[in-house]
Amino acid sequence: MAFTLPKESYSGKVLSLTFGKDDKAVTIGGEDTLPFLSFEGSIPNRPAIAYEIQDSPIDDWPETLKAVYKDVSDDPVKWARYCQDELKAQAIALRLVSTHPDRENRSADDAAKTVSEVLSAVETPLIILGSNHVEKDSEVLVKVSEAASGHNCVIGKAQEGNYKTIVAAALAHNHKLIAMSELDINLAKQLNILITQMGFDKSRLITDPMCSALGYGLEYTYSVMERIRLAALMQNDATMQPPILGDVGMYVWKTKETMAEESDVPEWGAIEERGIAWESITATSMIMAGANLLIMRHPKAVEVVKKIIDELI
Amino acid sequence: MALSGIEIFKLLPKTNCKKCGFPTCLAFAMALAQGKTEIGKCPDISEEAKSKLSEASAPPIRTFSLGKGEKAVKVGGETVMFRHDKKFFNPTVLGVNIKDDLNDEELVKRAKEVVDSEIERVGQKLRVEAISIEYASNNPERFESAVKAVAESAPDAILILNCGDPSVLERAVKLVADRRPLLYSATDANAEALANIAKANNVPLAVSAEGPEALSALTEKIKALGVEDLVLDPRPKNAGEMIQHNTIIRRAALKKGFKPLGYPIINLVTREDSLLEANIAAISIAKYASIVVLSSIEKWKNLALFTLRQNIYTDPQVPMQVEQKIYKIGEPTPESPLLITTNFSLTYFIVAGEVENSKVPSWLAVMDCEGLSVLTAWAAGKFVASKIANFIKESGVENQIKHRELIIPGQVAILSGALEDKLEGWKVIVGPREANGIPTFLRNRAA
Repeated sequence: MAFTLPKESYSGKVLSLTFGKDDKAVTIGGEDTLPFLSFEGSIPNRPAIAYEIQDSPIDDWPETLKAVYKDVSDDPVKWARYCQDELKAQAIALRLVSTHPDRENRSADDAAKTVSEVLSAVETPLIILGSNHVEKDSEVLVKVSEAASGHNCVIGKAQEGNYKTIVAAALAHNHKLIAMSELDINLAKQLNILITQMGFDKSRLITDPMCSALGYGLEYTYSVMERIRLAALMQNDATMQPPILGDVGMYVWKTKETMAEESDVPEWGAIEERGIAWESITATSMIMAGANLLIMRHPKAVEVVKKIIDELI
Repeated sequence: MALSGIEIFKLLPKTNCKKCGFPTCLAFAMALAQGKTEIGKCPDISEEAKSKLSEASAPPIRTFSLGKGEKAVKVGGETVMFRHDKKFFNPTVLGVNIKDDLNDEELVKRAKEVVDSEIERVGQKLRVEAISIEYASNNPERFESAVKAVAESAPDAILILNCGDPSVLERAVKLVADRRPLLYSATDANAEALANIAKANNVPLAVSAEGPEALSALTEKIKALGVEDLVLDPRPKNAGEMIQHNTIIRRAALKKGFKPLGYPIINLVTREDSLLEANIAAISIAKYASIVVLSSIEKWKNLALFTLRQNIYTDPQVPMQVEQKIYKIGEPTPESPLLITTNFSLTYFIVAGEVENSKVPSWLAVMDCEGLSVLTAWAAGKFVASKIANFIKESGVENQIKHRELIIPGQVAILSGALEDKLEGWKVIVGPREANGIPTFLRNRAA
């Protein structure tokens, strides 16, 4: 029997998207094949990784991770500079956790001020995230979009319950936008349609189908991402063609596996390596399923995922 | 390619003798087409028809066992490219490579790591199943004694004899032939000799060549020599080649019915950096390897890889469930709050995680609703007042707590009246609609 290379032909293509400015700008997406199958298509851009920083001193991260940022995490500007200068971050994701009504409940104006300060301190492309409180985010993200006008940021996350105001703000100030739905390909598709119906071009969207950590529903995210990619490429479904986000760090670093001391669970092994493995393997799984952009926390996890990408591309 | 029921029927004797256990030859043919019975059950079929049928009805990727006895593990038999299309069937076997030039003490220590690797997660026992012993000493006696030492120290492990020298391998395999070790590996240079050893000892054989095309030529040659339990190593140079080779192999087998590549895959993922190696192994598990051989098996690495394997090989159509019981979150006291939810694992993980984040020690009652989430279980009549009341009464939680307050998910607020009627002496409190509201809810109650 003679071997013939079983190539798939794809009718669709993932949209490419650029955020940030000048020579620091980052471009993601653009591939016309399933993840890393370069024998049957082209993959013009590597998956990008953004370091997550927060606008308020961290309280709920495990000690092993907190320690990495202990000298800078009291101030988002210092923290952003550290990511840019020491960690050589390709992108930074600023999460405005302090605006959550259950945290410090800081105002949208305060958040806008923080964003302006970070933007004037670093040139690294910025992703600006709310606190994931549906009502509050619709206020906060409108103000910060305005404050970041002209910086070509990624703003997020727009969800079914608040997308209208956030889309309008991203549109007015020329930002890219993350559309998030909860682990369901149909919801992801519907939200992308609703957003584009407001006149927001799909080439400026990023789909976040909701991440989950290794051992905590990872298989759901994995399969939803694979199905979104297949719809984009095989069925040429234009609403499923924006690049995909994996917001990895926030889901990983609250799991027991990243927090439990080795003395409590000796069979789980060293806590530091365990946490780094948890974040990096979650991230690696996401790029295998089709993610184009990752948000991560631990520099060692980021480093190993970069090495993986070096091997894959 | 698979034959239809009618095509199979044409090859049968059409006597309706019922000896196969089916009422008619047609019924038997239909069952054969669906893979529900075996051709051997027909006593009167001609040899010619039999060989035609067994060739055609063979699964696209061969399935067989590695190892022997209770801890033998099935490999191969996969039917889809994407887990959401059906499911992945036979979870990747994890193994560790041990070089024979270590001293005996060190060898035994490494073998014991495999024996001790078993841990439990979500009710499943997970472990490193295989040990590969590599012929690195260039000393045949050393290899034999290493194989013996490892085999004795790890009596349940699947053995992989990693040695390309036929004369050395032939002597070593005799020591452990009853364990059905996997021979690694036949190449262009030694294919015939290794095939003969595999055949004589009735053991599976790994075949390695650079890339799928070269592999397919080699497996055809070896199959012609009478060895059919083969494992493929496409010898990728990096992770990118690995995912492409593995994809091409599985696709050729499943989509083109290309038999020379219809075998399980083995990947050796050795990297100097153990964390990098763990991530390469993760890719291998997600993308089609049946056997992954590592160079080290630290506990943190095992935990992460076991978990990923469990996630990827979960049946997407059967919701993962957790055990019905009253879970302790933190160190709850008889005064701590009691919450209830359903036993869909994702529901449980999210609710338990948020309760943990609240830092308020609590009791979490998880009720068996056949793995449905709260709203679905309520709609299906499984998470309703009478059943919840029974569960709470029978759970024994009344002996663990002093208060009589039950917090129910906000999504099923509608249940609160009926539940108070059924649960005498209890007060029902409606909790938040979404799990992410739990920390605030619990902290406000505690304050």
